[in-house]
Amino acid sequence: MTLTTDHTRAVADGAHTHGAVKPQGSRAERRTSFSLEDIPIPNGREEEWRFSPADRLQPLFQADLGTSGVTVEVSAAPEVVVETVARDDARLGTAGKPGDRTAVTAWNAFEQATIVTIPKEAVASEVTSVRLTGVSKDATAAHVLVRAERHSEAVVVLDHDGSGTLAETVEIVVEDGAHLTVVSVQDWAAGAVHASSHRARLGRDAKLKHVVVTFGGDVVRVTPDTEFTATGGEVEMVGLYFADTDQHQEHRLFVDHAVPDCKSRVTYKGALQGSGAHTVWVGDVLIRAAAENTDTYELNRNLVLSDGARADSVPNLEIETGEIAGAGHASATGRFDDEQLFYLQARGIPEIEARRLVVRGFFAELIHEIGVPEVEERLLASIEAELEKSMSVITGAPTA
Amino acid sequence: MPTLEIRDLHVSVETKEGPKPILRGVDLTIASGETHAIMGPNGSGKSTLASALAGHPKYTVTSGTATLDGEDLLTMTVDQRARAGLFLAMQYPVEVSGVSVANFLRTAKTAISGEAPKLRTWGKEVKGAMENLRMDPAFAERSVNEGFSGGEKKRHEILQMELFKPRFAILDETDSGLDVDALRVVSEGVNRAKEETDIGILLITHYTRILRYIKPDFVHVFVDGKIAEEGGSELADRLEEEGYDKYLGANKTVSA
Repeated sequence: MTLTTDHTRAVADGAHTHGAVKPQGSRAERRTSFSLEDIPIPNGREEEWRFSPADRLQPLFQADLGTSGVTVEVSAAPEVVVETVARDDARLGTAGKPGDRTAVTAWNAFEQATIVTIPKEAVASEVTSVRLTGVSKDATAAHVLVRAERHSEAVVVLDHDGSGTLAETVEIVVEDGAHLTVVSVQDWAAGAVHASSHRARLGRDAKLKHVVVTFGGDVVRVTPDTEFTATGGEVEMVGLYFADTDQHQEHRLFVDHAVPDCKSRVTYKGALQGSGAHTVWVGDVLIRAAAENTDTYELNRNLVLSDGARADSVPNLEIETGEIAGAGHASATGRFDDEQLFYLQARGIPEIEARRLVVRGFFAELIHEIGVPEVEERLLASIEAELEKSMSVITGAPTA
Repeated sequence: MPTLEIRDLHVSVETKEGPKPILRGVDLTIASGETHAIMGPNGSGKSTLASALAGHPKYTVTSGTATLDGEDLLTMTVDQRARAGLFLAMQYPVEVSGVSVANFLRTAKTAISGEAPKLRTWGKEVKGAMENLRMDPAFAERSVNEGFSGGEKKRHEILQMELFKPRFAILDETDSGLDVDALRVVSEGVNRAKEETDIGILLITHYTRILRYIKPDFVHVFVDGKIAEEGGSELADRLEEEGYDKYLGANKTVSA
């Protein structure tokens, strides 16, 4: 069984949406605010929470988050400046406002932020790594700002490991002409609950490659928002996720084309295995009336490897001008089915290797797009580890 | 001499209403080097025989035996059967997205022969086999069966048969949906395999057309889950003239 939508050349027909429930109005009308009062605790029926396990996220909805549950370690390229600053630093809060409850609780509770700055015209000679490690179950807020000053170039990798309960803000500022790659890897141990608001703001001719990789943790919900502020901006958003039994992995993207001549590409792919594995992908793209000559395409694919897993996929494209270069989206959820397995096994290939072949094939092109060899190698290793688990799902044996 | 031996095989398929018997006692012996054609109307169970021998999970063998060179096929997993020397050219080959034909062929060859093929000679072998089947070299980089035309899928099946060198091959309606040119190319591939190895072939077909290119030693008419009549290639000629009506008339239980 495969569910597919493919609108490679969507037209300017206003709201263009697929999904069981029609979203409430335009994405442009969604409330954003720095104030807790403006974005109350959700009941779970709101559009942006309707797929989420609100009960498991409760601790992160509260206003009184602590700051001690995660440690932050940075290993920076020599060209890059790393600071730990107080919350009143003027550079914080410049990449858009919080758009949902966990984003607003994260904003109001953090005490210190980590700022990674790539100075103007600097080209980082190596990857800068920011590691957030969960050390206790206490609900915690954290804030990271990555600033690529004009005409700088760098790759910054955020790693999340250990186990924690974290509401996080990742601000990404890409100034004029800068080329920045930000990779966020969620590879938490069991028990982790993580909500992360990524807010990116791009200047003139700025390029951002934004990569999200989610493997571990009980509940992981990442909401990357991207806003273009001047012409010539380009964003490539790539995501890869692999959900196991009872894991909830949610990725909600919003690309705001507010100005002309910008380009966005979104490609997210996920695999699911085991009962109760649930993934959600929502891709909102808004092309405002002023954003002429916009070029956008988003794609989500899911591969369901076993029974009892559920993938929700909702692309939304709102187009307020007819003067665009291109706009489209595609979504498909397919199963690794008995026929595929039979075909490969009938060629002498044992079951575990057949699954490996199919899953590797599914992710191959995407991994290649990341363009950071260290990250690519780690991803391949993580996928192999997930596949080891998948054999235990098939055979019912416990995981090692 | 190696043989594929099927004795009193009964097979049923799972349906919502419970198991439904399809094969009702099939007896068939194929020796190396022999070509057997199984012909019969739609719904007679020809393809079920092919899938059941290869071990498709949809089918349950309720009684009877199938051995390859004396070894019990029915207790083997699907991949074990392939490694024992059985090949099934499928009627509807499945797409495997993101896995290139080249990678797939190498992986399967390694699994079947128990060791990776030598890089240089393997590359040549694949290239030569593709040329023989009039397949564009760019084919090797495409995803397995993805976006292939019907003819390309069938050529790809025969390509595998030539490269993996099985002891017995079942061709499940390999001819269906092919135009005359593709039919000729595919048939040449089968005949090459017959010349180069001592392969035994079970050719399942609805039509006599392919038998003009691949000469069967034996023809079996399949009706209602078992063999109704057997003969030499002259039986195919008679079927060409008379069709299957005679068998269907005698047997009202055949379902579409």
